[in-house]
Amino acid sequence: MEKRVVFRSAWLPYALVAPQIAITVVFFFWPAAQAVWYSFQLQDAFGLKTQFVGLQNFAALFKDGNYLDSFRVTAVFSALVAFIGIAISLLLAAMADRVLRGALAYKTLLVWPYAVAPAVAGVLWAFLFAPSIGIVTYVLKGFGVDWNWILDGDQAMLLIVIASVWKQISYNFLFFLAGLQSIPRSLIEAAAIDGAGPTRRFWTVVFPLLSPTTFFLLVVNVVYAFFDTFGVIDATTQGGPAQATQILVYKVYHDGVKAADLGSSSAQSVILMFIVIALTVVQFRFIERKVQY
Amino acid sequence: MAAVSLRNVRKSYTSDLQVIHGVSMDIADGEFIVILGPSGCGKSTLLRMVAGLETITAGEITIGDRVVNNLEPKDRDIAMVFQNYALYPHMSVYDNMSYGLRIRGLSKEDISQRVKKAADILELSKFLDRKPRALSGGQRQRVAMGRAIVREPQVFLFDEPLSNLDAKLRVQMRGELQALHRRLGTTSLFVTHDQVEAMTLAQRMIVMNAGRAEQIGAPLEVYAKPATTFVAGFIGSPPMNLIPRDGKLLGIRPEHLEPCGEAEAMLSVQVDLIEPLGADTLVYGHIGDPGGNGGNGGAGARVAARLHASVDARTGRLPLRYDTGNVHWFDPASGKRIEG
Repeated sequence: MEKRVVFRSAWLPYALVAPQIAITVVFFFWPAAQAVWYSFQLQDAFGLKTQFVGLQNFAALFKDGNYLDSFRVTAVFSALVAFIGIAISLLLAAMADRVLRGALAYKTLLVWPYAVAPAVAGVLWAFLFAPSIGIVTYVLKGFGVDWNWILDGDQAMLLIVIASVWKQISYNFLFFLAGLQSIPRSLIEAAAIDGAGPTRRFWTVVFPLLSPTTFFLLVVNVVYAFFDTFGVIDATTQGGPAQATQILVYKVYHDGVKAADLGSSSAQSVILMFIVIALTVVQFRFIERKVQY
Repeated sequence: MAAVSLRNVRKSYTSDLQVIHGVSMDIADGEFIVILGPSGCGKSTLLRMVAGLETITAGEITIGDRVVNNLEPKDRDIAMVFQNYALYPHMSVYDNMSYGLRIRGLSKEDISQRVKKAADILELSKFLDRKPRALSGGQRQRVAMGRAIVREPQVFLFDEPLSNLDAKLRVQMRGELQALHRRLGTTSLFVTHDQVEAMTLAQRMIVMNAGRAEQIGAPLEVYAKPATTFVAGFIGSPPMNLIPRDGKLLGIRPEHLEPCGEAEAMLSVQVDLIEPLGADTLVYGHIGDPGGNGGNGGAGARVAARLHASVDARTGRLPLRYDTGNVHWFDPASGKRIEG
């Protein structure tokens, strides 16, 4: 039997949860409601006049080539970040799992990048890859590669993908390592006796058993790429060149803060809100039921 | 099928941590060998060395006429059943059993035929589409055996396969294992800490203690003539009584003690614990009055006796006698059996 604490007082339980609810309302629901409200408005650039326009902001967005392009950029960016991030961290975790000596030091070092703030990570990589003074640029020149992400959109994309992936690998790594260590040793041994080599064991036994972890990380990484990479982009490309790296969340900021188009910016954030809700639902639906076996 | 031989096999993890101290044994083709010992005695390590899951520090293991020391597990032509079954949880029973065959590139028809045959033997035919989590402990155990059988290997290796089952199922599986071995006649090595499993399954057994083979022999032979005090104490329940006498150790099994009159008494025991088991009664006590009859040493030693249920067992003084033909003698220093 589940033991339940019952309060005799009618108001005490509400008083106890009130601080939590207050924080949620003030910092989450209120801004969200504001964003929804502003998304129905049209404001002049000086904030003097406001006019209710219904869904026109949304309608304008979906006719705006720039906005649709930002969708495409976001999709490419988050797919790259999630895929590359997961692939590299899985590789690192699989190798760390085999390390016996100095495993702790190895793991600790791999976790460090996670402690670095996104903006700092962005600046770090921006310096390394700086078109004029970057050391990587210099090396690339030696190989005959003309590296200039300030002009080349694809290179700019590559830069923010590298910076974002680098930051997220630690997180993925920890989950994969924990997942790998929870796979019973005897399963791997059984597969070895059954005749499977290391590669085959990995793909037919280990990887399927990691699928819940992988799926969880996929969702987390997509969410990360959508939202938490703002700092990386702001510190490096700032959406450029020619909006080649302007992902949705950066466009919200750009249109609202820099271009002072509050209505459109709000409408964009409402759309982002729905995307998050959808991702969360997917996450809970599948994770709760386990994708596994 | 193949003979297996161990030649002075040793295992050490570091220079000063040796866990197997030179085990030698020849296992005939088709023999069922049980490796018996308490936990930590190195029995599983020895089995895993045969499987190729542990490296061999020194010595030689051959399967058939091949030295397998440096062969990968997959090249040794063995199959192993693990204590926790080690079934692939994301695969159906059919896929679990056919995994090794698919890797070896057998034809679809051949695989399906072999799996069906094994499933028939093990009464698993109804469960081939199920995932392991939808099976009971006993069924999982059978799938693990099925996975070994379909491979038709030279040698079966069992690492305490029955210890996760409940008592009733264990007895049943023991019987099935025996039947299976009769039917297939594959050379088998079976690791256990359970002496009943060892006694009932083994054609020959190897009793291990602290990385050494204390005795190798047929179960009844080991029971009748334990080579060391360790074997004497490990096999038999309750274990053999070991009573210091004349500078040696006198060994007498509890079932070889019988109550008698004071005049004939060879041991006089102060009984303090009685366990009636139905068919017979176990009494425990220590040897009393060193000066009394049969009191030529061993005062205070613990003694257990298995008495017929018709004996009215009471706590207090109990005179016991035994047939001198059932006595074993051991050297107290080395623990070794003294013949004669």
